[in-house]
Amino acid sequence: MLLRHTPTEIKERSALNINPAKTCQPIGAMYAGLGIKGCLPHSHGSQGCCAYHRSTLTRHYKEPVSAATSSFTEGASVFGGQANLLQAIENIFSVYEPEIIAVHTTCLSETIGDDLNQIVDKAVKEGKVPAGKQVIFASTPSYVGSHVTGFSNMVKGMVKCLAVASGKKNGKVNIIPGWVEPADMEEIKRIAGMIGVSFTMFPDTSGVLNGPLTGEYHMFPDAGTPAEDIRAAGDAIGTLALGEWCSADAARTLDAQCKVPCRVLDLPIGLKATDRFIDALRTVAGTSVPDTVNFERGQLIDVISDYHQYFFGKKVALVGDPDQLIALTEFLLTLDMQPVHVVTGTPGKKFEARIRELCAGKGFDVNVRAAGDMFLLHQWIKNEPVDLIMGNTYCKYIARDEDIPHVRFGFPIMDRVGHQYFPVTGYKGGIRLMEKILGVLLDRADRDAPEEKFELVY
Amino acid sequence: MALKHKSIPDVATVKEELLKKYPTKVARKRAKQIVINDVKDGDVVPEVQANVRTTPGIITMRGCTYAGCKGVILGPTRDIVNITHGPIGCGFYSWLTRRNQTKAPLESSENFMPYAFSTDMQDEDIIFGGEKKLIAAIQEAYDTFHPKAIAIFATCPVGLIGDDIHAVARKMKEKLGINIFAFSCEGYKGVSQSAGHHIANNQIFTHVVGEDDTPKLGEYKINMLGEYNIGGDAFELERVLEKCGITLVSTFSGNSTYEHFATAHQADLNAVMCHRSINYVAEMMETKYGIPWIKVNFIGAESSAKSLRKIAQYFGDKKLIDRVEEVIAEEMPAVHAALEDVKPFTEGKTAMLFVGGSRAHHYQDLFTEMGMKTIAAGYEFAHRDDYEGRKVMPTIKVDADSRNIEEIEVAPDSTRFVPRKSDEDLKRLAEEGFTFKDYEGMMPQMESNTLVIDDLNQYEADKLIELLKPDVFCAGIKEKFSVQKMGVPMKQLHSYDYGGPYAGFKGAVNFYTEIKRLVTSKVWSDLKAPWEENPELSATYVWE
Ligand code: SF4
Ligand code: SF4
Repeated sequence: MLLRHTPTEIKERSALNINPAKTCQPIGAMYAGLGIKGCLPHSHGSQGCCAYHRSTLTRHYKEPVSAATSSFTEGASVFGGQANLLQAIENIFSVYEPEIIAVHTTCLSETIGDDLNQIVDKAVKEGKVPAGKQVIFASTPSYVGSHVTGFSNMVKGMVKCLAVASGKKNGKVNIIPGWVEPADMEEIKRIAGMIGVSFTMFPDTSGVLNGPLTGEYHMFPDAGTPAEDIRAAGDAIGTLALGEWCSADAARTLDAQCKVPCRVLDLPIGLKATDRFIDALRTVAGTSVPDTVNFERGQLIDVISDYHQYFFGKKVALVGDPDQLIALTEFLLTLDMQPVHVVTGTPGKKFEARIRELCAGKGFDVNVRAAGDMFLLHQWIKNEPVDLIMGNTYCKYIARDEDIPHVRFGFPIMDRVGHQYFPVTGYKGGIRLMEKILGVLLDRADRDAPEEKFELVY
Repeated sequence: MALKHKSIPDVATVKEELLKKYPTKVARKRAKQIVINDVKDGDVVPEVQANVRTTPGIITMRGCTYAGCKGVILGPTRDIVNITHGPIGCGFYSWLTRRNQTKAPLESSENFMPYAFSTDMQDEDIIFGGEKKLIAAIQEAYDTFHPKAIAIFATCPVGLIGDDIHAVARKMKEKLGINIFAFSCEGYKGVSQSAGHHIANNQIFTHVVGEDDTPKLGEYKINMLGEYNIGGDAFELERVLEKCGITLVSTFSGNSTYEHFATAHQADLNAVMCHRSINYVAEMMETKYGIPWIKVNFIGAESSAKSLRKIAQYFGDKKLIDRVEEVIAEEMPAVHAALEDVKPFTEGKTAMLFVGGSRAHHYQDLFTEMGMKTIAAGYEFAHRDDYEGRKVMPTIKVDADSRNIEEIEVAPDSTRFVPRKSDEDLKRLAEEGFTFKDYEGMMPQMESNTLVIDDLNQYEADKLIELLKPDVFCAGIKEKFSVQKMGVPMKQLHSYDYGGPYAGFKGAVNFYTEIKRLVTSKVWSDLKAPWEENPELSATYVWE
């Protein structure tokens, strides 16, 4: 038993987080920053945070993740980090030559109260930012929210620092995809392309964090959203923001800043959420949905009906980030599965309400907790066992101890490959999710079946 | 067939290339950290600048003090509840990602390593102080797990807002009656992980070592210092030592327990693996308890044999000396067989090593055994002595960043100090050429005209690979994929991803095989598609 000390009896804890279901803001900001073309994320704080964030992103994507740091030592912590950041900006532009630097704070620089707005201003005034290049920033103190908040803050930072309204609309729709994998960004672009929408998507990590191996290394791959496109986002006719937690803030800021109306949708994971996304796209584009899309949708429905008996009534424990979990819960319900335990580490009462609302009247009780941890999830599972766990790599400890099939979903996934290449969004993504779920459930059925019941066909 | 080593471009040119792009001030500093090795009289080497701050904006390989303290030193101890006091990130990232293995003997034995404990500070804790939350967290940890000890680790904001974690520890220790101690290992202290090792070791030494006088039995009792059981390395060392009849009282800190630390003062010899992370503990144990220390290296089969012989020579017992020879004779045939298998593929190839604080040195032995040459190497967080040898220690200037790491005063323990060797014994050993408390350093062992680079950064790594095209590059996970993008196989040496152990005899065999896999892997020759190799069509072909 790897988690041998986890008791079945649940006591409320007020202070001790055990086996966190979230991490800190800057890593989300770093991931978002990587979705701008030619962007070097920069961590304003001591170098340890940056090393940790890079390592974790690297482990998840199996790709190089470059990011610089202000390398605070004791002095900077006492006297403020302005000198470090100014020096960093100068060094970064001369050594690495990015187009843009996306600075985020850490709890250190936040606690001492460094004012990024003022420091970046000073850098510009002192000529440390070469012509045509820029420095954008976001405040991401780790003692507020989670990595999801950090992602959201950096996407908002893109809007705040870059987007302008020229007064002339450009006929495009902004799509803010939220914290999804590079493969999902690709898929969202593909779907928008099929509908015939003229769009700008930001951020866009496809091609950045799932790039090819060619024998050459480019710190800045030819991918990501160009800064000019984000600037022009202020001239768009509207914004579709996917995910209340990771995208809504940016969209609303853009509305306030440049009068670009927005709609906030769920991440297009699963049948219904994808339906709503496509419906929204065809509405803004004023087109009808092409048959190719209906075809893909029908394929997804087909798999559901073919394998319904294996989904039906299965209990699932879920842990991850709010936007993903909301969409996933809805999808599992579509399959007539029962997401009985749902935990996110990110705080927010709205999350609990939304999950409860989705599960209401479905014939089972849902345990849901925002600002929860994986220790609690494990205890819930001990009290009410499940047939399947869906969550990041750390779930494998629970899965092994309790002997429950585990589908890796969310962040970080450090011990499997595929998430960077195969989407879980859209209808095709829905099929992939079902394939993964069925794979582990049927493996399990095969393993547990007595010899006389062992089936060749399903 | 002995192949000649690949010819290497002139190192001076390489150095110049590395510095070219830097702003003047940065170039001036880096020039002192990028050194062309030049070994004279066997051990005189050029001076290298080390343990200085990383330049802001430079993409460094380094981590922080907290990572060194919680991650490296305390991480591998299974029965202490390690609570990170701070916002959630630091605790999350140090959760199982550096694969220190541990083997609790029974299902009922304590093992907290798969858990991450954090106070998950929120903004109100930053504004009003986090001590109350820390106290509550310790209480909750105690109520849930009843551990024998709890350790508390400070992260950056904790130091800034001034939470007195040591007072909290004292208070809770008194209240709960178990050992509770704290580490002021805020990430911004010091210039690298190294400061964290120091802080960790000082506190373990102060609060745990010597706490348990229950006699440890065994004829030849040693502690292994600076071995963290990455990928099962310590398991292999335990196997070999046991086979030799040597009793391992404690390992600092791979596969370790609280009790191991608490009884460490009963050992008769300290064998130091990673000099950087722990040499001061060896020093303090000698002063306080009279335990001499020697440097050993169990990375590489030859080195392992040498280290075993050194331990045997120290005890000076014929029985042990013979047994060690027997064990070496038993272990070596498999090593030689493996070498025979890999050498045709590895001989003459080149490697670069940029890891930690001793591995960049130790792993060179493995490469040498395979007939490979290390053409560039450096540490993430070493001090000058790790490069140049322990003899330069007195000449190292202590700067402000090191001065804020507490040095503890140690005096002989009134009851437990026992000199392990008589003056005559020491004299005799010295005459036999036996050296105590010595560490040769990486540079004297590396060939001249190789590059030694402290605190390598991403820009320099890319340039080095471009210019020198090594056959294998060793570093950490952050470096792995950019190296591979350039078509060079990369070996991670901070965790082995189901691959270890690499220490000792079995470990050496594992490593040889792993390097053979890397240098013979077909994938590197498949990087270009046929149409990329030969893009110009000279004629139009038609189906026949
Ligand atoms: S919680 Fe704060 S100090 Fe810790 S890694 Fe995150 S930003 Fe850094
Ligand atoms: S061997 Fe290297 S990685 Fe291990 S503690 Fe020493 S310096 Fe760190």
